[in-house]
Amino acid sequence: MTATTATFSIWRGDRQGGKLVEYQTEIAEGMVVLDAVRRIQADQANDLAVRWNCKAGKCGSCAAEINGKPRLMCMTRLSDVPTNRPILVEPMRTFPLIRDLVTDVSWNFEKKRTVRKFTPRKPDAPDGTWRMAQIDVDRVQEFRKCIECFLCQNVCHVLRDHQLFDEYIGPRLLTHSAALEMHPLDSDHRLSDLRFTQGIGYCNITKCCTKVCPEEIKITDNAIIPLKERLVDRYFDPVAWLFGAGR
Amino acid sequence: MAQYETIRHDVLIIGAGGAGLRGAVEAAARGASVGVVSKSLLGKAHTVMAEGGVAAALGNVDDRDNWRVHFADTMRGGQYVNNWRMAELHAKEAPDRVRELEAWGAVFDRTPDGRILQRNFGGHRYPRLAHVGDRTGLEMIRTLQDHAIFERISFYMEFTIISLLKDGNRVVGALGYQREKGLFFVFQAKAVVLATGGLGRAYKITSNSWECTGDGIALACDAGAELQDMEFVQFHPTGMVWPPSVAGILVTEGVRGEGGVLRNGLGRRFLFDDIPPLYKDQTADNEEEGWRYTQGDKSARRPPELLTRDHVARCIVREVREGRGSPHGGVFLDIAWIKQKIPNAEKHIRTKLPSMYDQFLKLADLDITKEPMEVGPTTHYLMGGVRVDGDSQMSSLPGLFAAGECAAGLHGANRLGGNSLSDLLVFGQRAGEYAARFAKDASLAPVSESAVGESIRQVLAPFENGAKGRGESPYRVQAELQDMMQELVGIVRVEDEMVRALDGIQKLKERSRNLRVEGNRMYNAGWHTAIDVRNLLTMSEAICRGAIERRESRGAHYRVDYPEKSEKFAKVNTVLHKGEDGAFKLRLEPIKEMPAELKQIIEEMK
Ligand SMILES: Cc1cc2nc3c(=O)[nH]c(=O)nc-3n(C[C@H](O)[C@H](O)[C@H](O)COP(=O)(O)OP(=O)(O)OC[C@H]3O[C@@H](n4cnc5c(N)ncnc54)[C@H](O)[C@@H]3O)c2cc1C
Ligand code: SF4
Ligand code: SF4
Ligand code: FES
Repeated sequence: MTATTATFSIWRGDRQGGKLVEYQTEIAEGMVVLDAVRRIQADQANDLAVRWNCKAGKCGSCAAEINGKPRLMCMTRLSDVPTNRPILVEPMRTFPLIRDLVTDVSWNFEKKRTVRKFTPRKPDAPDGTWRMAQIDVDRVQEFRKCIECFLCQNVCHVLRDHQLFDEYIGPRLLTHSAALEMHPLDSDHRLSDLRFTQGIGYCNITKCCTKVCPEEIKITDNAIIPLKERLVDRYFDPVAWLFGAGR
Repeated sequence: MAQYETIRHDVLIIGAGGAGLRGAVEAAARGASVGVVSKSLLGKAHTVMAEGGVAAALGNVDDRDNWRVHFADTMRGGQYVNNWRMAELHAKEAPDRVRELEAWGAVFDRTPDGRILQRNFGGHRYPRLAHVGDRTGLEMIRTLQDHAIFERISFYMEFTIISLLKDGNRVVGALGYQREKGLFFVFQAKAVVLATGGLGRAYKITSNSWECTGDGIALACDAGAELQDMEFVQFHPTGMVWPPSVAGILVTEGVRGEGGVLRNGLGRRFLFDDIPPLYKDQTADNEEEGWRYTQGDKSARRPPELLTRDHVARCIVREVREGRGSPHGGVFLDIAWIKQKIPNAEKHIRTKLPSMYDQFLKLADLDITKEPMEVGPTTHYLMGGVRVDGDSQMSSLPGLFAAGECAAGLHGANRLGGNSLSDLLVFGQRAGEYAARFAKDASLAPVSESAVGESIRQVLAPFENGAKGRGESPYRVQAELQDMMQELVGIVRVEDEMVRALDGIQKLKERSRNLRVEGNRMYNAGWHTAIDVRNLLTMSEAICRGAIERRESRGAHYRVDYPEKSEKFAKVNTVLHKGEDGAFKLRLEPIKEMPAELKQIIEEMK
């Protein structure tokens, strides 16, 4: 095990403004970016604001932009980023900054309330339970792997560049809607909300969200496109759909 | 005078893990106005990390299972110092609590006939853990979260409670600060529920998230509530050991449930060499039988890898100490070997243990479908905690309830895997119910201005040091405490080391009066750490005191100077509280006599 030093260029500041500050710290085999940030916090910058919980890629708290790439700090190994130049660590850019690496992601939680809740059909068995085949739950389970890191929301241009926070719910919540719509037991309907108030039409299938998802959920292919297809089936004339107008 | 805002609720729930959320849903359903406060964002609590499953005697996979077997297993695992009433209620109510999750949208793995699938886990006689791959905690917390946001519940995310407020003996609220701006809030409530989880962060090597600093237990203790069995800290046998920066991260017991085996550096399945008498009859005596058990053969007995955690952890420590460990000071956990037994083993492993596959690939460059993992014990769970009434979950202070990991009793000296998630559901529900009932008959009481002012003054003190450039770094004190607890009050304990630890804690306490925090109150990690340190010190002292007093070895508490179980301690819980002078008082509280009916179940299942 060789101990070497690396330089981290970390964004420090709040809504009033801020700057990148360089810190040098010792790094060792197996370390992740979050380890280095915490070491800097403990040794050199006690008040550095950073959000993390599990340090195991399970809670989705530590999303940030590392060398410009949206990633989880706790799952980004230092061996995967060049350490011969400063490693840039910045907060997610799409959400309002609180301080340093911490952003205000509360919008995501508020928006979730606009997605109609799970409403099961009547139980299948007299004891109040249901029957579902594994093969029918596989797809929903993929979506339910989501750790709500909001990295997908962070990269989606509709939110990041166009800031359409009132009109669009973003890939995370589209995935959430898909999980409910495709839940074998659910009996509610969400398509009209998706179309009229949640802005699914803004998504133009760039797949940037899918690329950054740490849970490797196929957000665009498995969640958004099927939802769009269901919408087309429901709202557009089948002939127009055949000619591709609905897409 | 200190500045703060006041918020009022019928029921205040501190903590948004499984226990807190389940409690909140229950209290709201009973008409209470509910506030939930949590240190982190919604859905991020430590519960999200749970992997293997939630234990409930649904009997979906093996219809011989029922609450009586679950009860007996839980008592045996806890070495009979459990609160038997809690063990009984837990075993009886867990199935309903799990089915209810399904009605709220949870999607568990399925049996071939479409019901909730259950898997094997250590100490459970039959396959009993409902699960979703190895991310059961995520499924649970998300289900509860997505259900709760539609109820009459207000969420206060990234708020930290720093003290409980009392009117006489009754708890009537709590004081906290909001992380973003560092502003103070007084929560006035008719009933308060602690659901703050465990204290793994008292140790250096732990599977727990940063939040697990024992806050709720420490706050309850500072307010005068009784704690129980604080010596029982569970060390999970399989945490990652390499590379060092990930040491402690959990490797789920599910790996062993799916057929994974433990070998020492010499390639020997060492657990076959040491099977405790209490479990002899239920344990396989050859590798073939053990394998058949993991594959659902009902006539086979379980492999020794699925013995209780305390035992497996100690055996690993022994192998390592006696020089038979793996290169980085652990032992080998091998799931890849099952390819000798089943076709498509690699795919099977990846579907059954997806997070483990990812975790090792990403963090250790190791493909678990091809190579064995290196594992060793990690601080995992606190069986002790706030002493509560088994039915209502009320603590020794009126108006204060506790549920989940921060409450003591259910697990006795050792918790079985999967029994925590079910604990959260069963006793979260109960705490919510009884808190709502209590609130119905109670009114809001005034809070003491002077107590609030004093608390605020205390937590702000380190800023003065920071401004004057003096005092000590809270990170440093925290790290020293963690090192010391790891070394002196870990898996293998002995009196003089623990006395040294107590002494060390005293010294750290003095140093902690002079901490330094720089900067301002906005999202200041240094400040948060300073507050955590205070709680961790209280918790560490409680662990030490309980551990010194229990002069025997039982469950997770192992003492080289008293390596056997003792008759005397078999009948008691250790109960701690802080006296008027702030010093801990300890007593041995006799365990209430078990009703004949429950005794009989235990006899039958021996
Ligand atoms: C890696 C891992 C895997 C596990 N796997 C399993 C398993 O498979 N099966 C099983 O049964 N158990 C498992 N466990 C154990 C189980 O996950 C925990 O015991 C359980 O989740 C604890 O839940 P809780 O609701 O009591 O508290 P937590 O989930 O720890 O939540 C505590 C809450 O309290 C809040 N809080 C704490 N202090 C304060 C404060 N001062 N002010 C405000 N809020 C505060 C926190 O923010 C958080 O919201 C596992 C544990 C780990 C670490
Ligand atoms: S695919 Fe749609 S949701 Fe995803 S990033 Fe592109 S526009 Fe946004
Ligand atoms: S879908 Fe993926 S990227 Fe988006 S929040 Fe969930 S885990 Fe994160
Ligand atoms: S800290 Fe939980 S995902 Fe990184």
